[in-house]
Amino acid sequence: MQHSISVRDLTLKFGAQAVLKTLNLDVAEGEFIVLLGPSGCGKSTLLNCLAGLLDITDGQIWIKGQNVTWAEPSERGIGMVFQSYALYPQMTVRGNLSFGLKNARMPKDEIDKRVARAAEILQIQPLLDRKPGALSGGQRQRVAIGRALVRDVDVFLFDEPLSNLDAKLRSELRVEIKRLHSRLNNTMVYVTHDQIEALTLADRIAVMRGGIIQQLDAPQTIYNRPANLFVAGFIGSPSMNFLHGRTVDGGRTYRIGEVSLDLAGYDGGAVMERDKAILGLRPEHLTIQDHAEPGRTIPAVVEIDEPMGADSLVWLKAGEAQMSVRVPVEDRLEKGRAVHLQVDMTKASIFDAVSEQRV
Amino acid sequence: MAEMIAGPRGPKPRRAFSTPNIVLYGTLIVVAAYYALPLYVMIVTSLKTMPEIRLGNVFSPPVEITFEPWVKAWSSACTGINCDGLSRGFWNSVWILIPSVILSIAISSVNGYALANWKYRGSEFFFAVLMIGAFIPYQVMLYPIVLVLKNIGDFLSIFSLAMGMGKVQVYGTLSGLVIVHTIFGMPILTLLFRNYFSALPEELFKAARVDGAGFWGIFFKIMLPMALPIFVVAMILQVTGIWNDFLFGVIYTKPEIYPMTVQLNNIVNSVQGVKEYNVNMAATLLTGLVPLTIYFISGKLFVRGIAAGAVKG
Repeated sequence: MQHSISVRDLTLKFGAQAVLKTLNLDVAEGEFIVLLGPSGCGKSTLLNCLAGLLDITDGQIWIKGQNVTWAEPSERGIGMVFQSYALYPQMTVRGNLSFGLKNARMPKDEIDKRVARAAEILQIQPLLDRKPGALSGGQRQRVAIGRALVRDVDVFLFDEPLSNLDAKLRSELRVEIKRLHSRLNNTMVYVTHDQIEALTLADRIAVMRGGIIQQLDAPQTIYNRPANLFVAGFIGSPSMNFLHGRTVDGGRTYRIGEVSLDLAGYDGGAVMERDKAILGLRPEHLTIQDHAEPGRTIPAVVEIDEPMGADSLVWLKAGEAQMSVRVPVEDRLEKGRAVHLQVDMTKASIFDAVSEQRV
Repeated sequence: MAEMIAGPRGPKPRRAFSTPNIVLYGTLIVVAAYYALPLYVMIVTSLKTMPEIRLGNVFSPPVEITFEPWVKAWSSACTGINCDGLSRGFWNSVWILIPSVILSIAISSVNGYALANWKYRGSEFFFAVLMIGAFIPYQVMLYPIVLVLKNIGDFLSIFSLAMGMGKVQVYGTLSGLVIVHTIFGMPILTLLFRNYFSALPEELFKAARVDGAGFWGIFFKIMLPMALPIFVVAMILQVTGIWNDFLFGVIYTKPEIYPMTVQLNNIVNSVQGVKEYNVNMAATLLTGLVPLTIYFISGKLFVRGIAAGAVKG
């Protein structure tokens, strides 16, 4: 299968500091890839390298089977959408959309045709003769997407396109981008630090930290089977509960203090006996009950409960550990009540405390 | 009810002659008078006849207003051998000013744009060198530049003589002075433009590159239209600086092409005959008129430009 984008051993150094470290990434034709990570992880840098806006130190970049490592941004067959929209303030919307096409010396009727099509897809026809200053944030970002659209390219690059918009507009445009993708079916690489955007939009998510891709997988896999402690903690809100204990009994039992948990049904590799192992449990994979079940429950005391509309978040203290559990909003639990948390071991993750990798 | 909520009415009472007001306006009036008085004396004197000036009442308004001194200052005051007044110097200054301003702004705006957006290996070093240049006193470079201009002329003469044209002079000509003004305007103007272009959003530049615009395409179509305010600032700086220049004018030109400031000096300091104070005053006012006009015209534009930029972001 031909890859739409192929990054080979990409390294980028600013002075002595490596921002991207021998990074490899293959993106299939028509795939929607989200680069996700905290600020400073190199996700935007990687996107700028793909666009050709940064000269890389080492490695190769292939787009559509062409080695574009040293090609100009305009020659790479990409369109790019920026966080600040980056519309040319002195030009009308029409001028903004056609600027790139004019630079490519395209005939005028072809330019008009493409601008009209992009305007129709994004529903910005009434705005074509306005200047960017007279547009709202959402309209500006549509125009910015339109500017990539008219180029009629195979690869779209999005650099945090929604982070300047308010929450309502953000979710609207998110759906719109997804609709655009299913209509155009071209390859999209999308940078964000918002995990909701990542989980909803992506075919695959690349979680990055320190210039390295930590895990590249489908959103559900990333969520349910995070490859390491960092990914587990970064994805999910509120974040995963971590218990520090050890595995005993040939890897069949997890022990934390006096409490033992049966590991039967764990979805992973060979657990083995480890002196230090971290058990990761998502808030929605725990249930609160009054009675203890040996090997299946952890005793805990209720501290705070936070009703959040659709459901409610209960914070508890289990031994030393602070834990959160998602419960139906009707279940009000008073402070100080002693309960037992039932663990769904099929959805749990166990990490080696030293390597921080999932086992 | 209405009476209960009706509090004090009418505008807030103000005391016009409170102590702070008297101190504030008193100081302002004194300072304003201090600066305005010399100007007043100049204008008044320039409108008097010589006999009236000799009476010695410096501050008294002219008894009979005459424009004779202005006409003389412009068209027939003597500077050494020439007796055609300041008009010659005015036009010399204009022919020095226009190419110098255009050339220095054109070059330094591209410089600033390149340094801000097209960082290359050593661009920071190049910028640092340029900045050091801004702090070296002019006087150090006066004589070396005389030599440089002379040598440029000699070098060009090789070709012009070979092509059967005359010898080329750069030192002692208007073009030589234009080159000097362009060079000396470069550091500060480059700094000005670089900082302005650096402050524009970087993503705009990136977007233009993705759109396939090159070095000049981005400069002319994206950057220039956004840079009007800084061009006005640069123009004010250069016009006033070059118009008021005396030192370079004396050194790098010769009497027939002396700029207006040098000619003014020669009129005022001429030692032959009686001192015509009224002509001297008129000549000085005439010379100062150009920078003054520039401030009045572009000052408004300048402020408006900055305000517009601030709102658009």
